[in-house]
Formats: sequence, C-alpha cells, structure tokens
Amino acid sequence: MLAVYASSALFVLIVAGLFAELFSGSWLAMRTFGPSFLWTSHWNPVTNHFGALPLIYGTVVSSAIGILLAGVIGIFAAAYLADFANRFLAQPLTFMIEMLAAVPSVVFGLWGLFVLAPIMRNYVDPFLQAKFGFLPIFQGTIYGTSLLTAGVILAIMIVPTVTAISRDVIKAIPNDLREASASLGATRWETMWKVVLPAARAGIFGALILALGRALGETIAVTMVIGNRPAIAVSLFAPAYSLPSVIANEFTEATADVYLSALIELGLVLFVVSMIVNGLARFLTLTVLRPAGSR
Amino acid sequence: MQPVEPPDAIASLDANLVVDNLSALYGKRLALEGVNLAFPSKAITALIGPSGCGKTTLLRCLNRIHETANLGTVSGRVLLDGQDIYAPEVNPVAVRRRVGMVFQRANPFPTMTIRENVVSGLRFAVGVRSPQHLNEAAERVLRLAFLWDEVKDKLNRPGVSISGGQQQRLCIARALASDPDVLLMDEATSALDPIATAQIEELMVSLAGRYTIVAVTHNMQQAARVSEYTALLLAAEDRVGRLVEFGDTQQMFTKPKDRRTEDYITGRFG
Repeated sequence: MLAVYASSALFVLIVAGLFAELFSGSWLAMRTFGPSFLWTSHWNPVTNHFGALPLIYGTVVSSAIGILLAGVIGIFAAAYLADFANRFLAQPLTFMIEMLAAVPSVVFGLWGLFVLAPIMRNYVDPFLQAKFGFLPIFQGTIYGTSLLTAGVILAIMIVPTVTAISRDVIKAIPNDLREASASLGATRWETMWKVVLPAARAGIFGALILALGRALGETIAVTMVIGNRPAIAVSLFAPAYSLPSVIANEFTEATADVYLSALIELGLVLFVVSMIVNGLARFLTLTVLRPAGSR
Repeated sequence: MQPVEPPDAIASLDANLVVDNLSALYGKRLALEGVNLAFPSKAITALIGPSGCGKTTLLRCLNRIHETANLGTVSGRVLLDGQDIYAPEVNPVAVRRRVGMVFQRANPFPTMTIRENVVSGLRFAVGVRSPQHLNEAAERVLRLAFLWDEVKDKLNRPGVSISGGQQQRLCIARALASDPDVLLMDEATSALDPIATAQIEELMVSLAGRYTIVAVTHNMQQAARVSEYTALLLAAEDRVGRLVEFGDTQQMFTKPKDRRTEDYITGRFG
C-alpha cells in the first residue's frame, strides 16, 4: 500500500520540482524583461534583448497545421482500417503505421530537410500559391524550409498516433450499434459517419490531444525544417522558429546569464502552453463532447 | 433429414415472407440448412430452439444482416412479397428499410436524443429532412410503441437516459419509423425484468395486426403467450441447424407432430 502512495507522490514531486526549477532558473529573465517577454518579438542574443512571441507563434501554428492535417488523415485512415479494409489489407497497413511511429525524429528531420523541403519548395508551395494565392497565408517568397513544412513534418510524425489510437477506439465501439444502424437501412458510410464516429468522438479527441502534445514538444525534426528565424510572418511559406528548437539550438552558446535565463523561461513557457492546451482539451471533453441532449 | 414442408393448412395462409430452401454459412461452417418456411402476414411467429440451433442465424438472414458479419453467406431464397431479397439486383440496404430489427440488448445510439434515435432510420434510409415530418413520425411510432406518454416531455434527452425496458421500446419505435412490412425481434426481452418483459409482450401483440413479426425466443412460455405460430429449430450432432416443425402455436404446444418437438417442449433436452 505504501508503495502505491509513494509512486503516486513521486509524480507530484517530479512535476513540482520541474516547475520550481524552471521558475527559479528563469527568475533573472523574468526580472529583466517582465511579462512583456511574452508579447515582444525581439529575439536578439547580441544585444541581450529577448521576447518570446515569435517562438510561441511558431510552436502553436506549426502544431496546429500538424494536428489539422494529421487529424483529418488519421481519422479517415482509422475508420478505413477499423471497419472497411479486409483483414489481409488491414493487418500489414496497421503494422506499417505502427512502424512509422517508431522512426526516430531525427530521421524524420533529415528526410524533411533533404526530401520534403525541396518538394515543398518546388511543387507544393507554388501550387498552393497559384490556387489560393489570394489568401495572405499563401503569399510571399517561397523558401522550402518554412512554418508550413514544419507543420507537414509534424503531421507525418503524429499521424500514426492519431490513426492507431482512433482505430482502437473505433474498433471498441460495440458491434450492436453498427448492426442497429445497418438494420435501419443505413449504408456503411452513414453508419460510420453518423453512428460510429460520434460514439467514438471522446476517444478520438483523446488521440488528437496526445498527438498535439507530441507536436508541441517536438524539437529536432522541427528545427531542421522550420528555417530557424525568430520572426512572425503572415505567410506560411516564411521561415519561423519554435520554442523547443531555440532551446536546443542556442543552449550551448548562451554565455550571458540573462541569455541562459531567457532560454529557461522559454522552457517554462512551453510547459505552460502545453498545460493550457491540455486543460482546454479536458474542458472540451467535459462540455462539448457530452452525450447528446444535455445541451 | 428431409426439409420439412409446412402443413397444408399453413401453406394456404397468406404469407408475405417466405423462406425457400435457405442455408446459411459462417465462412466454411454450415450453420443452417435447407429451411423452408412461410411466415403468415400480420401475425407473430416465434422461432424457438436450444442455443446454437440457428434460430438467430435464420432471423438475421431475413434482413440480410447475416452477411455483414463473420463472413456470413447464404444460399436459397427469401421472398418478401414475392420478390427474392437475395436476387443480384436487390440492394441489401433497401431490404433493411422494409424489414426492421430489434436486438437482444437495447441499443439506442448513445450520441443521439430520444427523438433523434426514433427518426434516425428515416434520415438514413428515406432521407427525410423536414422537421415537421420527422416530429410527426416520432410521435406516431412512439405512440405505437406505448412510449409516448413516458417520454413526450424529454424527447431531447439522450436515448440512453431512460430505463432498459423503455430503451427497448425506443428501439422498437425506431425500427417502425420507416414503416417496414416485417419486424424481426432477436430475444428482445431476454435482458429485461419481468415487468418490462410483460410490457414488450403486450406491445408485440398490439403490433401483430399491423406487421409480420418474427420473434426469436428461448423462453417457451413467451412463445406460447404471444405467438400465433411457432417454428422449432434443432441442431443435430453435426451442429447444423434445421427446421423440425412449424405450425399453429396452440397445436405445437399441445399436440406436436414430431417426437423431437414433444421432447423439446416437455424439457427432455435443450
């Protein structure tokens, strides 16, 4: 019994200790820049001026692109694997998706830099600009290494998580609901779209949150394709920067005390951003996703 | 074993659902063989027999839901108003709109309200959109299912928020909404308490004048209470279900023609 309590207490201690350490480490930066650290866009190690806004922006937007793409593709793939594909197709496909989840992120980064970024620069970005160039987010110079490319690499990295968990959730929906739906004259697609997916929505949402957590914290693959420029641009084709990338890239060269402290404060910001996203997700699960009729 | 032909008195009855030499398989395993049966129109026929005799399989062949699971396949014919529902040009989805089904466990759609549950079939199958039409249909079938007075003030509450017996009547209402010709019931009261069971049985009797009802039950008292006709299926040692006897319920329970029927009814096996 004591072991149970001790193990639980350990988690509390780890979280509290982590938070305390981040807080004390970033104290100098907090005192120097105040709360404006969060909404100033100047990140200049030469003059020791630090503002985190472009990094927060890069993190949030690249993750949003990633979860959007991975969510749509992952849920469709999960629906297909769970209820439409025959066994001989579903098993190898599931295996390959699980393999994809096991690829180290640095490999994704390398592939992203040498394969994906040129594809984005030469084909995808020009296509988007030609078709949807009236939208400000698809205007401007095309670099290849960009916020959009980072979003795409994140999508590829988290789509196995979304697919695998959503597939399990969909498979766990009782079969008598499918039969009830079929017996009412629903097509297989109607059954999936109107009965099975709604019944699975809380679990699928959980899969998306788990994937989003990974996207927010992903460091190495993002830093290899995002362009590493701490500036906010409207265009998704412009280079950007993300919180974990800055920490990883600049930690070794942070010679000034306030520089190091600013990097630790970035860690604190990332910690808080992740907590806010998770909290929002929990809140949504409890309110919007409640069973029908309780509105 | 020879397929059993319905007795002449029965064969001459008006039957809108006729099973002709039907066999059903799960993958390569034969579960049901050579069934010939005519279900009399607008009457309740009970399918009885011990576990594994193929009665549920037979029921599931009647709305082509058998083929949606476990590699189910079928040979033979099932005629609904003279049209073979297994004919190649027939769309199984269209068949299921005319043959409603109620399952062993009440299974309202958990994300839908009571009203949405009731009209879900109309939305899927018939594509009805008009809210007025849907509301009228919901009230009509909820009244048919003896549920209207109990739920009329909470139509927007979740379908799973009512009691088990009410949920099962909700499922019956849902199956009736697209106005089917046939209602299939797969041990629809086996998970319910005696009071809820009695309500469902009363409901079945009241629906019998409107729909052809085929009800699988392992409760012989229930078969005797509610059905006008009874069919007994048994599986021999090869575990393949076959029809043993079909007839008027009264006659089956009092003067069975087949010795196996007598043995089963008197509880000597099964």
